[in-house]
Amino acid sequence: MIDFKLTPEQELIRKTVAEFAATVIAPVAAELDEKQEFSMELTRALARQGYLGIIIPPEYGGAGANTLTYCQVIEEVSKACAAQGVTMSLSNSLVAYPIMTYGSEEIKRKYLPALASGEKLGCFGLTEPNAGSDSSNQETTAVDDGDAWVINGSKIFISNGGVADFAVIIASTNRAAKIRGLSAFIVDKGTPGFSVGVKENKLGIRASNTAELVFQNCRIPKENILATPGRGFRIAMDTLDGGRIGVGAQACGIARAAYEAACKYAKERKQFGSALIDFQGIAHKLADMRLEIETTRLLTWKAAWLKDNKKRFAKDAAMAKLYGSEMATRVAHQAIQIHGGYGFIKDYPVERYYRDARILELYEGTSEVQRMVIASYVLGV
Amino acid sequence: MNIIVPIKQVPDTNDVRIDPETGTLIREGVPSIVNPEDRHAVEMALTLKEQNGGGRVIVLSMGPPQAEAALRETLAMGADEAILLSDRAFAGADTLATACALAAAIRKIGAYDLIICGRQAIDGDTAQVGPQLAEFLQIPQATYVQALQRESDGLLRVERAVEGEVQILALPLPALVTCLKEANHPRIPTLKGCISAFREKPYRVWSAADLGVPLEQIGLKGSPTQVRRTFTPPPRGQGTVLTGDPAQTVRALMDTLREKGLV
Ligand SMILES: Cc1cc2nc3c(=O)[nH]c(=O)nc-3n(C[C@H](O)[C@H](O)[C@H](O)COP(=O)(O)OP(=O)(O)OC[C@H]3O[C@@H](n4cnc5c(N)ncnc54)[C@H](O)[C@@H]3O)c2cc1C
Repeated sequence: MIDFKLTPEQELIRKTVAEFAATVIAPVAAELDEKQEFSMELTRALARQGYLGIIIPPEYGGAGANTLTYCQVIEEVSKACAAQGVTMSLSNSLVAYPIMTYGSEEIKRKYLPALASGEKLGCFGLTEPNAGSDSSNQETTAVDDGDAWVINGSKIFISNGGVADFAVIIASTNRAAKIRGLSAFIVDKGTPGFSVGVKENKLGIRASNTAELVFQNCRIPKENILATPGRGFRIAMDTLDGGRIGVGAQACGIARAAYEAACKYAKERKQFGSALIDFQGIAHKLADMRLEIETTRLLTWKAAWLKDNKKRFAKDAAMAKLYGSEMATRVAHQAIQIHGGYGFIKDYPVERYYRDARILELYEGTSEVQRMVIASYVLGV
Repeated sequence: MNIIVPIKQVPDTNDVRIDPETGTLIREGVPSIVNPEDRHAVEMALTLKEQNGGGRVIVLSMGPPQAEAALRETLAMGADEAILLSDRAFAGADTLATACALAAAIRKIGAYDLIICGRQAIDGDTAQVGPQLAEFLQIPQATYVQALQRESDGLLRVERAVEGEVQILALPLPALVTCLKEANHPRIPTLKGCISAFREKPYRVWSAADLGVPLEQIGLKGSPTQVRRTFTPPPRGQGTVLTGDPAQTVRALMDTLREKGLV
């Protein structure tokens, strides 16, 4: 039953992604972070490698890989650059997944192949100024106007918001019905009434684009709805459940980068006549870091396995996301500690890992929200 | 163009240590990789195929069953099919017995235009298998190739990098070349490439019996090479600089050379 081995195919995928990440992504990661620049060139390269359509079925132009394989790719890419990990995780978990699962055949044909090839980038708009953790409190509305839906409202903190060619958004089609009145839509860039607002200036994942989406009497075709009206909250929650597995993998990637940098530094740096690694206080820190990374991986792979085997995985995904995100912050914190003052200086990469790790505790549900999810499953509260 | 690329799975020598007692490689726990120059050979084959409007690239390896990983990786790069020669009878082969088995496999494959080998394998550094294979097959060969192109007259124009100069040759096909790492940058397999390498592309394993070669020509039996000893050569000593009156220094130089029996 329990099998901790990757298949030879997954091993090869992991190896090739690691090579791509080390040779194509890692060399530019620090500069993109410094300039806070979203790289279209890297995004296209990710698409060429097939990493933007990992879970998209082959008949829609994707690789059709399972969640466990997806985790391998996310981890290796996030290790080189957390922001590219976000681009991938977004494209697969938050954009492709709801379209694959809830879109009509016509919508799938229109968006999935373009997403997989990188011809079109997508984004996922749930969060609003007054709907953060309480994401059901949607103020964006979609009104049925005969041949169109008319959308009004705004979405904030949307990853890829400023660069996407289309957005999957949640809006209320019936405010009185509250959660049951939410629906999911696709809005194309260029649709009159749809514009991009402020681009955020951020602490970490600075090479990921985060922006506001504004809808003013934006008319979209009637068929641009996912599933049926009223299903929006279910779609959003189901999408986030899967996305959280990817966050566990991002956490492993960022933490491994921090851990490996710390190991290397601890071997080179001498104080009191010995390498740092020869001090028990440092070696034990590294042992703990490694332990926490491997713990996250087990939680993440288990959640992926459950999903791939069509079992309930929401609790496990929340655990992988919660433990992993807090773990990545702790590991990056210790990586800086092991570097001493040098860790605080931008000549070394660990301060970037520390800043990048921090987002994991916030998006796709904060740590507090994950604890609420886990508690509701295990305590029934 | 139909191109055959013989490849070898080797221990990653970046990770390898030498046993100081026996002078042999410690292979345990060392990851296996596709021999680096063989990846350049595969890249050369794929580019040539693309430039010449199609054909097939067949990767061929002799090795234990684990060598499958190396073949799958080159399939993931874009090769069309893979053949592994795997049999206890192939074990212990030196370069001659290896080339003999590969030649038999290539005859069995049938028609081809070109064979591209890596210059040499990092675990043996002999650079012999390519040239020996060409001899077995009685086809023209060019070693140390850094660039090549198919000409309109059907000849293959190759650039050989030899001892600081570039030699340009035109070979009639079929031919064999060995490729340098300077020739190109091997592509990194895509996700779909990795998946189709395992799920779609033909992968065959041939035994010695399938090749129909006499057993005394392959494996340990077919290997005239005997390893007496492997050792790390001692570093060269510091040179001596003779200064002063030319007549005297020349005399001193001649004396030293005579002493060492070099003149
Ligand atoms: C860089 C970045 C990228 C993002 N990308 C996207 C995206 O692509 N799409 C998208 O839709 N959203 C995105 N978000 C939004 C993100 O998901 C939200 O910021 C997050 O869900 C938290 O919402 P909030 O910021 O409104 O915080 P709030 O909900 O206001 O929370 C503030 C604090 O209160 C806590 N809290 C709230 N409610 C409770 C409670 N009941 N019990 C205990 N504690 C509570 C929270 O955990 C948090 O600590 C992104 C955010 C960032 C920063």
